[in-house]
Amino acid sequence: MKGKPLVSIVSAGLSRFGKLEGLYAREIFAEAAKEAFDRCPNLDPKKDIQALFVGHMGESYEHQGHTGATVADWSGLLHVAATRTEAACASSGAALRAAIHAVLSGLCDVVMVGGVEKMTHRTTPEVTEYLAMASDFPFEQWHGITFPGLFALMATAHMSIYGTTEQQLATVAVKNHYHGSLNPKAHMQKEIALETVLSSRIIAWPLKLYDCSLITDGASCLILTKPDVAKKYTDMPVHIIGSGQASDTIGIYERENFTSLRAAKLAAKEAYEMADVKPQDIDVAEVHDCFTIAEIIAYEDLGFCKPGEGGRLAESGETKIGGKIPVNTSGGLKAKGHPVGATGTAQAYEIYLQLTGQADRRQVKDAEVGLTHNVGGSGATAVVHIYRGVEAK
Amino acid sequence: MSGQASPFTIEQFYKHILQGKLMGCKCKKCGKIHLPPRPLCDRCYSKDFEWVELPQNGRLLTYTVICVAPKQFQEMAPYAVGIVELENGIKIPGMIRGVAIEQIRVGMPLTIDFGTCVATQEWPQWPRYYFKPPA
Repeated sequence: MKGKPLVSIVSAGLSRFGKLEGLYAREIFAEAAKEAFDRCPNLDPKKDIQALFVGHMGESYEHQGHTGATVADWSGLLHVAATRTEAACASSGAALRAAIHAVLSGLCDVVMVGGVEKMTHRTTPEVTEYLAMASDFPFEQWHGITFPGLFALMATAHMSIYGTTEQQLATVAVKNHYHGSLNPKAHMQKEIALETVLSSRIIAWPLKLYDCSLITDGASCLILTKPDVAKKYTDMPVHIIGSGQASDTIGIYERENFTSLRAAKLAAKEAYEMADVKPQDIDVAEVHDCFTIAEIIAYEDLGFCKPGEGGRLAESGETKIGGKIPVNTSGGLKAKGHPVGATGTAQAYEIYLQLTGQADRRQVKDAEVGLTHNVGGSGATAVVHIYRGVEAK
Repeated sequence: MSGQASPFTIEQFYKHILQGKLMGCKCKKCGKIHLPPRPLCDRCYSKDFEWVELPQNGRLLTYTVICVAPKQFQEMAPYAVGIVELENGIKIPGMIRGVAIEQIRVGMPLTIDFGTCVATQEWPQWPRYYFKPPA
């Protein structure tokens, strides 16, 4: 199985990301589904799609659960087998993993996988409360630790052990906003200055407003097939060649250290081994920058640099488009936005564009191998996938 | 015998807090001390535990100052929370009180503070413990 395609992505769709007023999650998902159907004229959605997996984190936002069947209906896919997956911010990364299982088991030839979240109609304290549900209740939420607070605990530890600076954290935000300025679907399409980040109000010290990802509405989806039927739908498939998923303690306080996410390291190891590639083979990556510190830790956990060197890698500019390993060319969660359930497959959407040469102004030249890194909550779930375009050897 | 033993649950941990005791549960088979308590030892799968008192002193491993709080905590903000490593290596998170926020440092010694208002709160309104610098 080493390096061989597990499944092929034959199409992908992404809704606009941003404050989508007056829309329900199901309506936003339909926008992403429509793009995926339009990109793939040989696909007969009703006839061909045998299963739908949808990542969705919270019923609280719309007082609406049962998302699988709901979005299946609104996407014109009745009576497909539709299932929601929930793994906090890794909900659609986990959906992708489940969809791969469905194809690899031999049960399905063609499946749709995606994710959605509608968040912006809620107040910031409400969203803060809902997001915190992804963390441990009796020892974290109960003691007033917010979601940014958990990543702030990691940032303080990283700063105290490795000397990482608030300025280095800020460079991640500046880079991702620059990338977002090149993405017409990003929530924030404006470049920002380092000083803007550093002088923004404190959310959970040392993290400031501009260290945090956005509260966003959006949806994403992919059409996956068995590799040997991909050519029926497209001559430009992107193959998924590695898949890794792991879990960790729900409370971060029980972990060995606070400067690395064990689940992400384990998921990456599984995916790299399956794909038979090394960190230096990755041409472009979408990583889970829910906070700037999370991107720095991702560099280290994915092997793009040694432990403790993530801050310096951010500062070097090598993770910007044109650098050695461009990260979050879409703008990431930071600037493209973070509709939590949609994020995992939205990352895969960006890699699909990059590896098929459709990323326009943010195209990474000759990108052949891509990676996505999707983290649930404060790292109790992590999902890593590795992708190869058709031109790659 | 089974009717007598305390259940090794998170609820019981907080009931001990209400009594001014910081307790973990020790697996009688493999010796692992669990905080929080669990019904099943994650190392050896035994269900045979005993309560043990945990050290009340430790040092601060990491911390943050929460400025944007969930609505239940808004009146307390800004407040400091951290993760404390107790003298036996067990780690536990909690709010830090009794010290100016700007004087908090990674590595500083802290001791458990059982608070004063906890006894007025009825279950399931849990009590809360805090950390403070040692006297």
